[in-house]
Formats: sequence, structure tokens, C-alpha cells
Amino acid sequence: MLQEISFEVADGEFCVLLGPSGCGKSTLLRLVAGLEEAASGSILIGGGRVDHLPPRERDVAFVFQNYALYPHMSVFENLAFSLRLRGLPREEIGSRVSEAARLLEIENLLSRKPQELSGGQRQRVAVGRAIVRRPKIFLFDEPLSNLDASLRAAMRVELARLHDKLGATILYVTHDQAEAMTLADKIVVLKQGEIQQIGSPSAIYHEPVNTFVATFVGSPKMNLIEGRVDDKGTILHSGGLSVDLSKVLSGRRSEYAGKSMTVGVRPEDLHPGGPGGAWVAGEVEIVEDLGSDRFVHLRCGNLELIARMPAGVPLKRGQTLNLAAEGNRLQLFYQGRRITGK
Amino acid sequence: MKRLFFSLGVILIGTFSLLPFLWFVLTSWKDPTEITAIPPQIIPSFHWGFYRSALDKYGLLGYIRNSAVVAGAATLISIAIGSLAAYALSRFHFSWSRLYLMLLLCVSMFPQIAIAGPVWRILNHLGWLNTYHGIVAAYISLSLPLAIWILTTFFKELPYEIEEAALVDGCTPLQALWKVVFPLAAPGIFTASILVFIHAWNEFFFALLILTYPGLQTLPVGIALFPGEYTMPWGEIAAASTIATLPLIFLTLVFQRRIVRGLSAGAVKG
Amino acid sequence: MKGHRSAFPFLFPSLLFVLVFSLYPIFESFRLSFYRLILTLPWLGQKFVGLENYGDLLTDPVALNSLMTTMIFVAVTAVSEVMLGLGMALILNESFRGRGLLRAIVLIPWAIPTVVSSQMWRFIFNDRYGLFNFLLFGEKTSLYLAPLADPQLALMAIMTADIWKTSSFAALIILAGLQIIPDELYEAASIDGATAWQKFRHITLPLVKPALLLALLFRTIDAFRVFDLVFVMTQGGPADTTNVLQFYGYKKSFAEGMIGYGSAISVGVFLFSLMLSLVYIRLIGARILERRETA
Repeated sequence: MLQEISFEVADGEFCVLLGPSGCGKSTLLRLVAGLEEAASGSILIGGGRVDHLPPRERDVAFVFQNYALYPHMSVFENLAFSLRLRGLPREEIGSRVSEAARLLEIENLLSRKPQELSGGQRQRVAVGRAIVRRPKIFLFDEPLSNLDASLRAAMRVELARLHDKLGATILYVTHDQAEAMTLADKIVVLKQGEIQQIGSPSAIYHEPVNTFVATFVGSPKMNLIEGRVDDKGTILHSGGLSVDLSKVLSGRRSEYAGKSMTVGVRPEDLHPGGPGGAWVAGEVEIVEDLGSDRFVHLRCGNLELIARMPAGVPLKRGQTLNLAAEGNRLQLFYQGRRITGK
Repeated sequence: MKRLFFSLGVILIGTFSLLPFLWFVLTSWKDPTEITAIPPQIIPSFHWGFYRSALDKYGLLGYIRNSAVVAGAATLISIAIGSLAAYALSRFHFSWSRLYLMLLLCVSMFPQIAIAGPVWRILNHLGWLNTYHGIVAAYISLSLPLAIWILTTFFKELPYEIEEAALVDGCTPLQALWKVVFPLAAPGIFTASILVFIHAWNEFFFALLILTYPGLQTLPVGIALFPGEYTMPWGEIAAASTIATLPLIFLTLVFQRRIVRGLSAGAVKG
Repeated sequence: MKGHRSAFPFLFPSLLFVLVFSLYPIFESFRLSFYRLILTLPWLGQKFVGLENYGDLLTDPVALNSLMTTMIFVAVTAVSEVMLGLGMALILNESFRGRGLLRAIVLIPWAIPTVVSSQMWRFIFNDRYGLFNFLLFGEKTSLYLAPLADPQLALMAIMTADIWKTSSFAALIILAGLQIIPDELYEAASIDGATAWQKFRHITLPLVKPALLLALLFRTIDAFRVFDLVFVMTQGGPADTTNVLQFYGYKKSFAEGMIGYGSAISVGVFLFSLMLSLVYIRLIGARILERRETA
């Protein structure tokens, strides 16, 4: 169920609808395409209202999650289908199809049938089908989710390149925050049918508007520490932890004294600290060594924290580690909403 | 050792299934003396007398024509109506679709005798007894449950996304049905048609009741009622049976993959 | 999916046929069973007799015998066909050269019209030159039997004919059930040390049970409706030993024109068959339907 939604996509912009499954992002996309009808509201493409038009009159192209290629037609015919329906002359069709095929490097597959293609190839054909249309807007419904990890990463780059080359206006749906961060000009974060935040990837990452957005974007997730501010409004206590909030809260100490709050800090903002500046000491449970990065999982009392460690710091299971973070890297959330920036 | 048992099993099954019918077919090519011979002769002398007799004296051609018309018409109409229903049942997700399918399943289980009398009276009332349209109407209702069940299973396998892609690409809903759904559903429709046709061709009970003029009777009725005052004309019966069964055997052998798929799809996958 | 398009026009034509030729007739049969109506004596009109027909039915020895005969027929043929079907399916499930050919051959009995099969078996059981007698007694014609005229053998002859014709249908359903069982289960069992028999008992049998029960359900319901075989081979005789329910109903309603009483028989057959299927569906069908939903 979609709640009240309102947003804009500018010309040539790559806008990503991001959210967990069931948040309504696909429904939103299908509304724009005309595959679903909204109970109320209006949809405008290029300044004109389209919400009462059937899909074929909206001049949109849709790339389905499962590609939806026509199994009984060859790749060429799949690409040419929409153009034939519009009655374009044969030469025009031929040139558009070969142009798209060249762009997507599927020229040698034109005579094959979809069943003979690999997942990655089918995905390109699905994108190609959209490109030949030269539509006002491209709609992508989780196009990469059926590909394996390495292919997905490669296709992400391809899509970014395509966007540059074509200058197309794109509305893209995904639940993968990495995809959103790397591809988008603008991200719309959705949860259970409601917009949580609209902004550039940088804004979403560094200035998340609530704890949901804060933990949804960024991998590994942002650490959230729930606790209670002391009466002086300076220290937050949580389990065995004490976090100094004096610098962050500064003038608003009295406002939040004695209140429950959540402190958020990203793994990369936790540094090994000396005894003086450390505000958490924990026991190392697991070390994830990815080669380029190391993430250590700490247990402090009944809290679990993740921190990114630079090379050179010795890490061993059971070892005690001291961590600290700069005051201005902390995010404070009161009743779920962010109350202060970095 | 296991292989021996296995081969034995294969041979047994093959013989069991084929022998009785083969015997009957071979009988049709014997000459009158060979039929009653003891010990029975395995290889007939390929005598076509019985076939000629069946065609001339017993009007076999008429029976074939009637069966072809009736089964053909019933199949065409059942499949057309059934496809419509199956398309809706596979696309529209309402609780009624399950109910409708269950209703069809129940109806298909009715013993013929339970509805034969009233069906006869309805047709009699309409003046449709001993007419092609009368029996075809009855056959359509008999075939619909089978047709709809099988067709629904096939339609469910067509992802709805493909139709949506067609709509976005520029098709009107009707164009989408014609250019995309129909070509993809064609194999399923074809399989369902074969099964419905075989079913209609073999039907006996209602044909017996509704068609009482010999000129209109279908093959099964003709073969069941083969007149024999003192002795049964086994040679002619065998010949008529062979001809009656030949088209079905042909269909079965050529399309056996589809038939097996259709039957098991309807049954096991639901 | 499509919420805004009505499904009704799509379903209407088929619904119409079902209403007129299936649902209405059942109710009409019910109604007629409460009347005394004889087709050949139309001047007697229709007399409402309430449950009299049913009373007669319950005390009619022929009807009760008919029920008995039908039950025996159903029990023997359904079980035999499922067992034979299982055997055939197990063999057809293996890959070997000529599997396609065997599958086609196995389908032939299914494809043959029932009346043709009936005539064929009638010929085989012929008392003077039938294959049955020859295989049993060779050339000693004096020993030849006449199974279709023998009260002790007639029912068995009919059951044989039915088993021959429809075992392959059961085989197909069971085969589909067998093919769903993943090979990996057998491989895992091999690693665990199971013998072929153990694999059959602990993997095949339990997992093919839904298919077996489905085949049993279909065959039971169909066996209950047997008619063609009886009409062609024995006409209910000799001495009513093959007088199955549908045939008896047919004789009363159409041969003798006693529509009222015949309708009572029809209703009886219908209710019985309904009860059987409900019992099945209650006991086993719920599981079969579940499986269908998740598949």
C-alpha cells in the first residue's frame, strides 16, 4: 500500500527508488508505466498528465526483473517488436536495432532465441529493447538482481556508462544500496509505502534523516547505540558504555537531559583509541579480513559493534580493543529522527 | 541380474499392452475360415474382404463421418470456450477461480447416469435429439472440465510479465493476446485439443442415448451395436475397430510426449 | 494482477454449459426421483410418491446386488491398476533405449475407444476360437470355457478388460509423481549405504504416495461409472453377475422407461460416488491439494 508519495525526476537524471522488499518501490514504478492504476493523484511525464493513458501511449520503456523477453522471437525481433508496432520503416528499424546491439555488444546474438542466451546476455537484450524505443523515460525494475555477483558489478558500470552516453532520464528500482549509491544522481528511500528521504547519494549517506535510512545505506551497517542521556546532558550511558556527547549536543544539553537517545557511528569512523580518548573497550569476536579492508566485530557488554581497522593493528580473537570516534562523526537520533549532523 | 529383471519387465509390459490389440487387428485381415480356425493362425493372409464388407454392408463410412463431425465440432468449441475461461482463471487471482476449478472437478466426477435422463429430456424438449448440435452441446459440457483444467495449467506457466512487456512496447490488450499470448500458448492448446478430441471420439453413453437413428450414430455406437443375428461378424467388427482406432493410434504415437505432459500436468501439478 | 478488468465475460460461456448440462440435470434427477414416471406409459402422468422409490430401492435385491457387484469391481480394478501402474511407471522412469517406444505402446490401450476394447476382449474370451481359451487349453477344444456366459467368471473377465485398458492411465499419473523426486535424494541414500530395496521403501514409496493416491482416486471414481464394458460384453448378465450400478440405472431408466425409479438409482449412484470422493478428499486429498499449491 502506497501512502502519499510525491517526487520529481529531472531531465537526464538517474533517480533510484531504494528500499526493502514490500516497500512499494516496484508498485510505484509500475504506476508510472501504466501497469497499475493509482487510487488518486497524478503522474506527469514531460509536463503532460499520463495517469489515464494506457502503457503504450506513455512513451516509457520498461526493463523487467525477469527480462520478459518474447521466447518465440529472435533477439532481433524482440528488439524490433515495438518499432514494428509503430510502423517505422524497415531501414529505420534496422539501424536502431544495430545501434543498440553495438552499444550493448550483442550484435552476434541477433539471430538467437532467448532460451539460448545466458542470464547476462538476456539482460542486455532487455535493456536493448528499451533503448531502441528512445522513450521519454527508462524504467528499470531490479534489472540486476538475477545476475551473479561479479556480473552484477560489471553491469552496474555498463549501466552508468549507458546513462552517460544516452543522457537518458532513468527511474530505477532496487533493494541493493550499493547499486543505488554508485548509479544514482538522486535516491528516493522508501519504507512501507512512505518516502523516508530524497537526496543525493552523499546526502543520504552522510545525513540520513532517520535510523532506518542510516542503517539501510552503508555496508557494514552503521552502529546504533541506544541509551539514556545523563541529567547533565553530557554523557550517554548504554550497557557498559559511556559516550561523551558534550561537543555534539553543545547548546542543547538541557533539552535532552535524561532522555533516551540513539547514537549512530559508522564502522569507518571508529578508530583504535588510546586509554585517554577511548569510550568503548570491547572483546574481539570475529575478524572479517577482506584483503582490502578488515572489519572487526566487537562485543562490549551486551552491545555488538563493528569497526573498520587499518592494516597494521594486530587483531586476535578474545583480545581487548579500545575504540573511539570523533565527536563530529557521531549522529544522534531522538525518537528515530536525526537531530544533529556530523 | 537387475538388468535381466528389467528387460523382462520391459518385454512383459510391451507384450501386455500390445498383444491383445495386435491380435484383434490381425484378425481383421484374415479370411472367414481363418477366423474360426483352431489353433488360431497368427499371420493372416491379408484378406481385405472384411474391410470391404464393413464399409459396404455395415455403413462404416457413415459412422466415421458422424464421429469426425461430432468430435471435431465438440473439440473446437470446447477449446475455444475453455481457453477463454482458462486465461481468466490463470490471470485473475480471485478466490472464485479456485472455487470454479473445484466445481469443474466435481462436475467431471458425476456418474453419467445421474445426469443422462434430464439431459435427454432437455434435448428432447428442444427438439435436439438425433441432431448434430444436440450431441455436440452435450459433449461440450462433458469436455469442458478436462479442457479447462489442462488449459489453466498451461496458461499459468506463461509469465504475466511478457504480456505487460507487450503492453509497454505498444500493444493494445487484444494485440498482446494475439501476438504474444497465443503463439506461446499454442502448444498447450494443441495438447488440450488432442486430449479432448480423443475423449469425444471415444464417448459412448450419451451417443447411445441421444443418437438413435443409425444414419447419425457415431463409431462407438456403431461398433457396440454391430448387428449379428446368429453369429457375430467378428471379421467386420475387427475391421471396423481397426479403422475406428487408427486415427487415435496415429495421434497418440506422434504426439505421445505432449499427451503424457498434458495428462500429468493436469493431474499432478494441478 | 488485473484488478480492474472483469473476469465474468471470460467465464460466462463455460459457466452456461456447466449450469445447463451438468448442474441443472443433477437437481432434476433429484426431483424426478420423487415421482413415479414411466416413459412408455405417458398417460399415467407424473405422480408424486415422495420417498417411495427410495424405499423400493433399499429393498430391491437386484439393486443391492448391483451395489455389491460394483463395489467388488471398483475395489479389485482400482487397486490392481494402481499396482500395475506403479510397476509400469517404475520401469518407464528409468532411461533406456526404446523408452519412447515403450511409452507409446503403453498409451495404446488408453487411446482405444472403450467399446473397441470391449469387443476385442469379447473376441478373446470367445468360447470357440478365443485367444484366452487357446492359451489355456491349446487345441483341446472340449475343455474350452465360456467366461462371459459363466456366472462365476463373467465379472473377472470384465475386470481383466478394464485393468488392461486403464493401467496405463494410472502409470502416467504415477510416472509424473516419480519424476518429481530429485535424483540427489537417491545419491544421498547411496552414500548413507542404502540398498536398492531400501531406497525404494524409504525414498520412492513415501514420496510417490500422493501420486499413487491421486491415481487411486481417479480410478475409483471412474470404475464406479463403468458402463461401456458391461453393455458390450455381458449386458449385465449372466444372471446379473455383472449388473453394475450404472448399467442397472440405464436399464431401468431407458430400456424399461421407469424414469422415476431410474432417477432414484441415479441419485443413489451419485450420492455414493460423492461420498466416496469426499471420504478420499478428507483423508488424503487435503494433502494432495496442499502439495499442488506449493508446487
